[in-house]
Amino acid sequence: MAARKRAKNPHKEFRVLSATAILGYGFPESSFREGLRRRPHLIGADAGSTDPGPYYLGAGKSFTDRAAVKRDLRFMLTAGVRLGIPVVVGSAGGSGARPHVDWCEEIIREIAGEERLTFQLGVIYADVAKDRVRRHLRRGEIVPLTYVPPLTEDALDASVHLVCQMGVEPIQKALAAGCQVVLAGRCYDPAVFAALPIMLGYDPGLAIHMGKILECAAIAATPGSGADCAFARLREDAFVLESLNPKRRFTKVSTAAHTLYEKTDPYHLPGPGGALDLTGCSFRELPGGKVEVRGSRHVKTGPYHVKLEGVRRVGCRTIAVAGTRDPVMIREIDGILSGVQAQVKDILKAEKVEGRVVFHVYGKNGVMGALEPETRIRGHELGIVIEAVGPTQAEADSVCSLTRSTLLHYGYPGRIATAGNLALPFSPSDARMGEVFEFSVYHLMPLARPDDFPVRTVRLRGGKESR
Amino acid sequence: MKRPITAAAKVIRSKNSGPYELTLDILFKDRAHFELFRRRRIITKRKIAALYKRPVADILKIVYFEPSNALKITLRRPIPSGDAGETDIYGAQQHAPLLSLTY
Repeated sequence: MAARKRAKNPHKEFRVLSATAILGYGFPESSFREGLRRRPHLIGADAGSTDPGPYYLGAGKSFTDRAAVKRDLRFMLTAGVRLGIPVVVGSAGGSGARPHVDWCEEIIREIAGEERLTFQLGVIYADVAKDRVRRHLRRGEIVPLTYVPPLTEDALDASVHLVCQMGVEPIQKALAAGCQVVLAGRCYDPAVFAALPIMLGYDPGLAIHMGKILECAAIAATPGSGADCAFARLREDAFVLESLNPKRRFTKVSTAAHTLYEKTDPYHLPGPGGALDLTGCSFRELPGGKVEVRGSRHVKTGPYHVKLEGVRRVGCRTIAVAGTRDPVMIREIDGILSGVQAQVKDILKAEKVEGRVVFHVYGKNGVMGALEPETRIRGHELGIVIEAVGPTQAEADSVCSLTRSTLLHYGYPGRIATAGNLALPFSPSDARMGEVFEFSVYHLMPLARPDDFPVRTVRLRGGKESR
Repeated sequence: MKRPITAAAKVIRSKNSGPYELTLDILFKDRAHFELFRRRRIITKRKIAALYKRPVADILKIVYFEPSNALKITLRRPIPSGDAGETDIYGAQQHAPLLSLTY
């Protein structure tokens, strides 16, 4: 294969422009233009994360803003089509389930129409049928990740939008089928950047490690930013990172520090079908704020597994924000809140309303909860967020309202301010927060054929679909 | 006289490592401080467990990472991210107890 020969030539390199840390976080146009001037072979952006919590996967919504995503994509698509190079987006819409992918596809079609772009689009879904997981579960082949309880059929049945993180193979399949723009559902972040160079014969260890850094773009530079581009040159035996903004540079420390970020063990980074082994990895600073990375290895780790992600619906949430400036109330706060909690519970039970209440007490342990080592309260005021969750929004409203009014007029030992216990900053005091989800699936599933993801290709001619 | 950890470290931070783990990074100012902490085993699972009021078994790993003169501690989240009672979805504000460490 000609491409394989190319990688054997040490003077050849594969150049990648990473637009931004998360599609929709933005980037300066000047950085993007600098990237294009370096004649990239690929423009990519990772769009996803589980970091914003379970809601977005459950609700089928993006955690980034539509206008911001469209703005970023417009630059990427018009540049990619003009230069005739692939544009790859992974974990579309943040969580990468079907509604997220469809949402992002609609944006791509809008841009193609507005800019009269002609290209072949490959859409890869990452959703997994429950029955497929169930078959593996019954054969004992679903492996929980650390601290995750074993999967049960109940948890599986209760899950909405079950996705798995695809590796490089489905993206390679779409690229090999001639897709210039690839929109992937939930995806191993580095795969966005590593799929094409691996296909061309570049070393998977280096390509994936490069992808691991590029997926966060300029976060790995110093000063770091989630809203700026980054550039990399992948060679046969190393890759070189470069900032595209004169305000930033890559240093040995910034790059190595990024390898730690959001990881359990920086030397061994597991992914679909294998793990990145960085025990022999070295970082070297080059002139001009660049860093060269060598020695990253990809090792196969037994049968190919992919990570499943699923959430279940818990109910709906209503909250109220309040504060207190009363020193007696602050002193007595634990007893007051448990007293209110008990009183509310009794009423709900009598009224047959289901729901639970959590008090977030800022100034006490509102930030760290169970992990808070500080037992004293040293501030002169406390912020209290009343969080009520019920099976329906109406029940959550009832629980929140009842809790707020009970707390407002609750009598406690030593009380001297008898007109009301809370300062409420807003009218209305209670705010609906919508549906509540929690993680229910975070497990590994074996995958016999790593490219076993459906790819739908769409030919867009001047923005219109054609055959 | 013991010194505060901020005399040895330039970055102390926390973040989720997936929805079920919390990971704490200490980036030392230089190799000398990194080596000092590694050699003297100043940070142990037991110390972290006490600091965060968790059982020692919930402290998953302590890893020294030479390329960035860093120490990484990973522990079990008290609850998975976003479960009932969550206070910090991203886990980005769980680092403060580390600031009380001395050496």
